[in-house]
Amino acid sequence: MPDQALSVLLKGRNLERLLGGLGVTLELSAMSIVLSVLLGLVLGLIMTLRSSIIRAICRLWLETIRIVPQLVLLFLVYFGMAKTFDIQMSAETAAVIVFTFWGTGEMGDLVRGALTSIPRHQRESAAALGLTKVQSFRYVLLPQTLRRLIPQSINLATRMIKTTSLVMLIGVVEVLKVTQQIIDANRYDAPQAAVWLYAVVFFLYFIVCWPISLLAGWLEKKWS
Amino acid sequence: MAETLLEIRNLHKSFEGVSVLKDVSLSIAQGEVVVIIGPSGCGKSTLLRCINGLEAVDSGEILLRGERISGQKKALHLVRQRIGMVFQSYDLFPHMDVMANLLLGPIKALGKSRREVAEEAERFLVRVGLQDKAHAMPGQLSGGQKQRVALVRAMLMHPEMLLLDEITAALDPEMVREVLNVVLDLARDGVTMAIVTHEMRFAEAVADRVVFLEGGDIVEQAPPEKFFHQPETERAQQFLDTFDYKKS
Ligand SMILES: Nc1ncnc2c1ncn2[C@@H]1O[C@H](COP(=O)(O)OP(=O)(O)OP(=O)(O)O)[C@@H](O)[C@H]1O
Ligand SMILES: [Mg+2]
Repeated sequence: MPDQALSVLLKGRNLERLLGGLGVTLELSAMSIVLSVLLGLVLGLIMTLRSSIIRAICRLWLETIRIVPQLVLLFLVYFGMAKTFDIQMSAETAAVIVFTFWGTGEMGDLVRGALTSIPRHQRESAAALGLTKVQSFRYVLLPQTLRRLIPQSINLATRMIKTTSLVMLIGVVEVLKVTQQIIDANRYDAPQAAVWLYAVVFFLYFIVCWPISLLAGWLEKKWS
Repeated sequence: MAETLLEIRNLHKSFEGVSVLKDVSLSIAQGEVVVIIGPSGCGKSTLLRCINGLEAVDSGEILLRGERISGQKKALHLVRQRIGMVFQSYDLFPHMDVMANLLLGPIKALGKSRREVAEEAERFLVRVGLQDKAHAMPGQLSGGQKQRVALVRAMLMHPEMLLLDEITAALDPEMVREVLNVVLDLARDGVTMAIVTHEMRFAEAVADRVVFLEGGDIVEQAPPEKFFHQPETERAQQFLDTFDYKKS
């Protein structure tokens, strides 16, 4: 019953813990997203180069992150690295590495797509005006690229926020893990609370991601 | 004869082994309007693109006021500041309004102050009948309006000459005239131009000299009165015939 869940939520420091878990989720997401965006911009530029070696490497990168489940990457980095190379890292670090690896690849591909979708005559008319390469990039190509890019990368960001729930499987105590702990601790006192507590998690993800999607939708409309 | 502004000497250009311009030589005097006509694929666009360095030449040279501008890479933007170009495709920058499109070159490339250019830009917009469009976005303009803005944008750089590549080819017929009138107006003002067009009546009206290009060669060049009515070569005559609609 909802009132069971409510009393569990208000018991002791449960609510505080839950919000703390959300904080961990947001912190991991924010770090991974910021790193992915910065590195992805560079990767995207590199991906537009003609070198076939660079292309092959980028291709491999993209295929890896798209084919291999993120969970496998997490296990690979967290447990695999530790065992094989004796690299000790916290689960949080492992999580940021994996999500940045994934996000950078996806972001790079978005940047490449946005850059190559700008018609050739845009660059040519900027050149014909007597702008230098740097100026035409800065004033003509980049703004148009960003307009195409921002809505898509916001979608990527919400996907990344959601996917961080996987990190509880390598021992990071984020919002979903905290919920499970609370449910386990109250299994006998409040057996009906579980579904409602998950509903609270649903709601928390929703209030984080929804404004972001709204923003993406609004920007897309504004710039189309 | 006025001073030579542009001189093209023995220009060769090929794409993937296919020769597109074969030994083209042409000079254009200060204030002269040269119209280049010829069948599709004969190399007209390529010739204009070589002049402002959008295509590198294979051999030969291009001189602007006696100064070699071909065969170099570094200072191309400086050359392009002196030679304006307008293309067939509407090429305004879609993320900027009309005024921002007009000011970008003079401010960023020439380093002029916004105030001095904005005033001139407004005067130019009045001249082409677009005074109320300064803050419109390109997407809100008709094709003819876009091309007029593109012409103003090129002119605000105060180029020494203007290259126009079929600037009305993508327009609905009723908009062709409003654009060509602007070009005629510029010609009257003494702007040096090399114009590629398929509008023969316009070519005759605007040209000081017509250059007929075919298969990458200049086959004939003559003043418009002569070229359009008594062309010397068979090939020019055949080309002109394709524009006539006779009842048979
Ligand atoms: N970048 C390029 N790569 C390969 N071939 C090209 C390239 N640009 C032009 N060509 C070829 O060069 C030839 C001349 O092209 P160009 O565009 O100069 O012709 P044009 O006279 O302007 O024709 P149109 O009247 O159709 O515009 C054509 O056969 C064209 O296919
Ligand atoms: Mg052409």
